[in-house]
Amino acid sequence: MRSYLEKMKASRVLLLVLVCSLLLVSFSTSLLAQTDSDTDTPADSIPAIAAPAQVTDLKAFDTDNDHGHSITIEWTLSADDGAGAKSVISYEIMRWEPFVRDSVMAARDSLGWVQARINKFEKEIPLAEESLDEVLTGQPFLDSLSFLVAYDEKDTSFVLTSEYVDKTLRDTIAAMKRDLPVLKVRAPLLPARFDSLLILLPKEYGKYPDATIGRFDSVGTAVSGVTSHENSSAVDSRSPGFIPDFIDYYYRIDVQTSDPNIRTTSEIVGPVQSSGQWFNSGLVPVLIAILVFTILTMIFVQLAKKGMDLYVRPLAGIEAVDEAIGRATEMGRPILYVLGLGSAADIATIASFTILGRVAKKVAEYQTELNVPCYDPIVMAVAQEVVKSAFIDAGRPEAYKDDIVHFITNSQFAYVGAVNGIIMRDLPATNVYMGKFFAESLILAETGAVAGSIQIAGTDEIPQIPFFFVACDYTLIGEELFAASAYLGREPELLGSLKAQDYAKAVLLASAIIGILLINIFPEYGETFKSWFEVID
Amino acid sequence: MEFTTFLWTTFAAFLTLAVFSFLYKDNPMYKFAEHLFVGVSAGYFVIILWHGALVPNLFKKLADGDWYLLWLNASEWWYFVPFILGVMMFARFFKKSSWISRWPLAMYIGISTGLAIPLEMANRVNRQLWAMMEPINWSSFWGERYLDIGSGYSELLIFVGTIAALVYFFFSKAHTGAFGAVAKFGIWTLMLGFGASFGFTVMARISLFINRIQFLDINWGQAAFDASGTANENYHAGFQALFWAVWLIFLVYAVFEFKKYLNSKDKPSQPESTQA
Repeated sequence: MRSYLEKMKASRVLLLVLVCSLLLVSFSTSLLAQTDSDTDTPADSIPAIAAPAQVTDLKAFDTDNDHGHSITIEWTLSADDGAGAKSVISYEIMRWEPFVRDSVMAARDSLGWVQARINKFEKEIPLAEESLDEVLTGQPFLDSLSFLVAYDEKDTSFVLTSEYVDKTLRDTIAAMKRDLPVLKVRAPLLPARFDSLLILLPKEYGKYPDATIGRFDSVGTAVSGVTSHENSSAVDSRSPGFIPDFIDYYYRIDVQTSDPNIRTTSEIVGPVQSSGQWFNSGLVPVLIAILVFTILTMIFVQLAKKGMDLYVRPLAGIEAVDEAIGRATEMGRPILYVLGLGSAADIATIASFTILGRVAKKVAEYQTELNVPCYDPIVMAVAQEVVKSAFIDAGRPEAYKDDIVHFITNSQFAYVGAVNGIIMRDLPATNVYMGKFFAESLILAETGAVAGSIQIAGTDEIPQIPFFFVACDYTLIGEELFAASAYLGREPELLGSLKAQDYAKAVLLASAIIGILLINIFPEYGETFKSWFEVID
Repeated sequence: MEFTTFLWTTFAAFLTLAVFSFLYKDNPMYKFAEHLFVGVSAGYFVIILWHGALVPNLFKKLADGDWYLLWLNASEWWYFVPFILGVMMFARFFKKSSWISRWPLAMYIGISTGLAIPLEMANRVNRQLWAMMEPINWSSFWGERYLDIGSGYSELLIFVGTIAALVYFFFSKAHTGAFGAVAKFGIWTLMLGFGASFGFTVMARISLFINRIQFLDINWGQAAFDASGTANENYHAGFQALFWAVWLIFLVYAVFEFKKYLNSKDKPSQPESTQA
């Protein structure tokens, strides 16, 4: 046993010696290697990244077909992007900025912050007062004032002195403390005046390349493989990164690698100015389409006025309107007309006004009751005019009451709840739903079906049509609603426009068939033909 | 949960049940919920208009002007024009001058229509037409992707379906003969789309219903019966009392309705001649 233990001990000692000697060898080797590398090569064993090739053909120009405040920058990829050393990971777009711009923006933002506190709640007023002291003594604000003084502006509209700012804001705070709500609206004006300082910035931009007053700042990044970038901002001068129009800008592109210290800068391009365009050439196909449609409408309106018989195929839903009004008269029950949730500017609501006019005229003739609950106050005002005119046309102006068309509420489901209540209480003989409908379509139509009313619906909201199909007696699908107004009215203007629509559809059909044939048989011609219809915003 | 919070939850649960009760018939609980909802939303709408539209878009814009100069010395004085148009709307309240209110309405509709027409033409005509002109993958019909339903067949179906649907909306010609057959195919295509849309929306509505049931179960029912206090450390008997009080309202109404039904059953039906 002892000999066995001794053997074990000896083998362990042997193993220990072996491990120690191995560690010693490796340590000395690394030490030697360290010494060698100190003298010959850099410490990192990873090979260093070579500076990538710079971008070429750099161009900066005003973005076309826009409202201004946008510059497009284009370039040819670096030779190391996807090829060569393949070291490029992105491109940083750099724009020359005068230092004072930062001060103006920072001072304006902090002033805006103070005023936001003033406007918010009374409890934040102490916070606003405290911040105001900080702003007025802060470097950005002082820089901004000295910038203004440097230009020796005679224009007093700026009215931007520390005394003025201090007094205006402290007066507002004092008014707030006395709870004078009228003055709450005065508070946000100061940043707007401060914005006027931005008007002076172009003069600073124009001083390039004076490196003592500005530097290149990053305004965006494009990943490798991308060859263009749009440097744009909103129109509002208070938006972040606002780009004023008609100012000289200078750009360069920095090619970036995985090592943030290794980048290659390009040549500088500029000056370039942004500006808005009056005419958006990308919308020319829309203009042509509207012109074609307008010409067709004018031709057919003239033909209709000359008494030409313009055939319109019967629409079951519209034919049923007269029948439904007659039914209501016989039953002595009212007619409910719902204009939907659209605004007075929606095409479907406008079409619905025409149908309402026709229904109201018949109602006045038959001396039936009409009820038009409205969702939108403007729609209500227009509908009142329409119904009033219809009653006058029918020779019964005395029968018109303002209550026929009435406002309910501007909340979707509250409106639905109220209309459902009306349906169940008044049990109208006929419900007409014409206009723009959303999630309430099935709720309304289902309640009307439960109440046993004849229901006629029409909308251009495609997702709602199936609900009207299942719950209504007659449904006008999409464009049938617009046709209905012409069909009912039989007025030359409406009939002419309906005919024009049909012919415009024929042109579209022909274009679609020609386009699809060309693109499948002669792809080159097809692509050209297709491009005639392309809309570029 | 605090008892005051539970009070509001119970009120919400009552309103939910009141609205559901419309499925039986119009009743006082539904009427209460309906009028409350309409009243609250109308009041809310006024406040939203005041703070969301009038204050930022009108009062703040003209605030640096003076009233005795009709705010024409304000930095953004042109906001005075919509202000005047808005005031003109009030002419509706006076019979003799109500015609004045037509001016702002005409302006509103004119501007909106002018904005809407190019947008509609671009989105619903030009872009649709442009997107339709795509090469059809003929290899689905013959070649390596033979009978691949996902590509060429659906492309062709979309094209033919669109053309046929457009034919259906042609109002200048009666739907007879070959033209009628194409129009019929068009309406079939439309119905296929409507069916899919209907199914999709019904599923969404059912998920809304499930959400309401979950609210009644978890937020209301479970909080009312959490005697162990695991989820509701402030639990006391008042929670349960409130829960049952809501059901009692509906129970009383059900008994009232049942009595009414029995009374109507006991009454002898009137002879037809008197009805006439």
